[in-house]
Amino acid sequence: MQAIESFEVPAPPKVNYINAQYGLKSWLLTKDHKRIALLYLGSITFFFFIGGIYALMIRLELLTPQGDFLQSTTYNKVFTQHGIIMVFFFLIPSIPATLGNFLIPMMIGAKDLAFPRINLLSWYIYILGGVVTIYALLAGGVDTGWTFYTPYSTTFSNSYVVAAGLGIFINGFSSILTGLNFIVTIHTMRAPGMTWFRMPLFLWSHYATSLIMVLGTPVIAITILLLAFERLAKVGIFNPAMGGDPVLFQHLFWFYSHPAVYIMILPSMGVISELIANFSRKNIFGYSFVAFSSLAIAVFGFLVWGHHLFVTTQSVYAGMIFSFLSFAVAIPSAIKVFNWTATLYKSSILYDTPMLYALGFIGLFTIGGMTGLFLAALGTDVHLSDTYFVIAHFHYIMVGGALMGYLGGLHYWWPKITGRMYPEGWGRFSALVIFVGFNLTFLPQFVAGYLGMPRRYHAYPPEFQVFNVLSTAGASILGFGMLIPAIYFVWSMRYGRHAEANPWHLPGLEWRTQSPPPTENFEVTPIVTWDAYEFAPREETEVVGKFGPEFERT
Amino acid sequence: MQSWIPLVPESASTVSWKVDALYFYLSGVTLFFTLLISTVLIFFVIRYRRRTPYEIPRPVAGSHKLETIWTVIPFVIAMTMFAWGARVYFDQYKPPENAIEVYVVGKQWMWKLQHATGQREINELHVPVNRKIKLIMTTEDVIHDFFVPAFRTKADVIPGRYVTLWFEATKTGRYHLFCAEYCGMNHSGMTGSIIVMEPREFDDWLSGNTGSTTPATAGQQLYQTLGCASCHGANGEGGRGPTLVGVFGSNQTLQTGETVRVDEGYVRESILNPQAKLVAGFGPIMPTFQGQVSEDQLLQLIAYIKSLHGAGETTPTTAASPAPAAARPGASPTRNIR
Repeated sequence: MQAIESFEVPAPPKVNYINAQYGLKSWLLTKDHKRIALLYLGSITFFFFIGGIYALMIRLELLTPQGDFLQSTTYNKVFTQHGIIMVFFFLIPSIPATLGNFLIPMMIGAKDLAFPRINLLSWYIYILGGVVTIYALLAGGVDTGWTFYTPYSTTFSNSYVVAAGLGIFINGFSSILTGLNFIVTIHTMRAPGMTWFRMPLFLWSHYATSLIMVLGTPVIAITILLLAFERLAKVGIFNPAMGGDPVLFQHLFWFYSHPAVYIMILPSMGVISELIANFSRKNIFGYSFVAFSSLAIAVFGFLVWGHHLFVTTQSVYAGMIFSFLSFAVAIPSAIKVFNWTATLYKSSILYDTPMLYALGFIGLFTIGGMTGLFLAALGTDVHLSDTYFVIAHFHYIMVGGALMGYLGGLHYWWPKITGRMYPEGWGRFSALVIFVGFNLTFLPQFVAGYLGMPRRYHAYPPEFQVFNVLSTAGASILGFGMLIPAIYFVWSMRYGRHAEANPWHLPGLEWRTQSPPPTENFEVTPIVTWDAYEFAPREETEVVGKFGPEFERT
Repeated sequence: MQSWIPLVPESASTVSWKVDALYFYLSGVTLFFTLLISTVLIFFVIRYRRRTPYEIPRPVAGSHKLETIWTVIPFVIAMTMFAWGARVYFDQYKPPENAIEVYVVGKQWMWKLQHATGQREINELHVPVNRKIKLIMTTEDVIHDFFVPAFRTKADVIPGRYVTLWFEATKTGRYHLFCAEYCGMNHSGMTGSIIVMEPREFDDWLSGNTGSTTPATAGQQLYQTLGCASCHGANGEGGRGPTLVGVFGSNQTLQTGETVRVDEGYVRESILNPQAKLVAGFGPIMPTFQGQVSEDQLLQLIAYIKSLHGAGETTPTTAASPAPAAARPGASPTRNIR
């Protein structure tokens, strides 16, 4: 017990990756994965802000049954753009491009990703895709829904479909390059002793995510290309009047876009595994089950796209197969939830902000996952598809899951990233506000959905108003809750307490170097002799790293 | 409207209670596991809170037994949901025998409906209670979706295809009809009502809406004006083209040796793209009618061909129509008018 008390709080390190070089050029031409992660952090926050404004406009419109706040053409563009921005420019890059970029080399004891230049290129591609999409929004917007269903998108819509599609098409390459970089890095750049089964689960989940990025994204690129081709060259691919098949588009679209949901949730699950283990000082219960369940989700995720077409003249038997596989993909997620919960048994739990997000995640993800079963079951999906039940379900996964994981991870690694602590009291308060606001926004939508309120409705029958009022009230609380971390994160970069190298006294490699880390991450290449989440090293003398053994058994 | 807030929409069809039962089962399981996980979480969080800053709990390796339990039990529960869901799905989509047929054409942003007896409706559909209604649906433009929450059923309406949807209302009343697939500017205005009436009232409603020609009659007129009669015979008996009498619902042998079931989709394809599936023994002499017939007219031609039946047969259409004249052998379509 004495070891930790003699452990001194280091003064802020003189040279780190942030102050190693100055000037705009040093940021825009950086090859440092940590600086690129910060570039991403800034840009995805910008897009999150835009998407959030659209969300508030939707909720304001739906406060009353009449379409009185926005015109229907505007409303259609607002929900479309909310979806496009949030899905392609926030959720998909969120955790991998920021936390993943920053932490993957640090967690495996490497100096950088395998291809630092490609990493920078991927950010530029993301920005280019973003600029093209923003052009589409400013030029007049797009009104097809983020799903771009044909033949509306190819033949009937008079909005900037091709420009928005081009933005998403370009952005896809950024995703592919990031995934490729992660896969190669994890295969080839692990420090001596960092075996696959010593890797933190954050890495396993990012490995699985990267597989989907590399294998799935080309399909959406091809799909958008075909759509643009049909729209510009008037070739009948999807338009039935020219011999095309509009449903083919839905198959192609969901072949990517359903796995894309796992691109959003898997990294978040990786963060949650880190938070649960580290804030309870316990190794993850059933490590290999949690690790392989990520891969199982990535693989099964490619086989369930047809559950988006249960009411689209798909044959009853195809529907049954997709329904079966959709139930199958739920099992690895259930395994994760049970293992996270079991990890807490006889552990030592600290309720700092990241852990609050992790606990919130488990609850919300359980609801999000279980309500997915209503949509995997054929009989109920027929009634529920295209209603607010679907909206509520996937917001529980994407906001309750992916966003909670992102925020939890951002708080957790904030001291490592910036060298400053966020204000703990405000952190806990905002986590609570966000949790309450989120549930108030989306729980009523399950009921409205079962009552039959269709999605993408600008005006609705008055009997649904009570649910929409609750939802809008919740969204206001949620929006307010989001502002608090936005403010204190910025504040803490200048005024926050200096963080020590290892503020939470954890064994992970990223905590065994200074905060913020030096450009090369570690002064000496670490040699790993411990498993992930090994809080009580078996042979403490073997532990290599600047800040040696810090723990004692109790 | 009730003064309390409902959690379940009105249940007004033969399948709605089946969907509700499955929904309650799923809700129960969801509630159980959510409560289980959150109770255990809250208990652990309180019981195992960190008491001293430096305590390190004893590591636990995991347990294959537990992993097996919490893999197998959820899987078994999931399979019960799967099987139950598939069972209900069959009931929702298996088209029934002897149903009243209604033709539905969606267009931005309205529903056009026509009864087999000729009555046309826009955004409203009057149907008798306790009778099976089969909708044969297509769209003139984009994908729409015919959704009646009170009946717990919906189907996407796809351009270039015929989609069937059926229901049997069990309660009279007025129920929401929504377009559930986003279809452009006024998507949220593409709503309407299904009005379920007592059979007697329905008959009154039908007779109060006379004067319209039945789809079959309109189809017969089109058959003449489009020149179909020159090859398929004045009454569809055939000639240079194959006969149309009694073929609907039967299997036709094609030139390739394959057989095809003559349904709405096949008739449509044969009108718009005649060379696609030629009947054995006939040459590729028919011109395409692509662009010359509207979706409404296609449905009328189909209704006419359906009405051409050999001796002694009855048709599903007429079984429900108040004037079963079309069932008579060699029926002249003019006799179909009530």
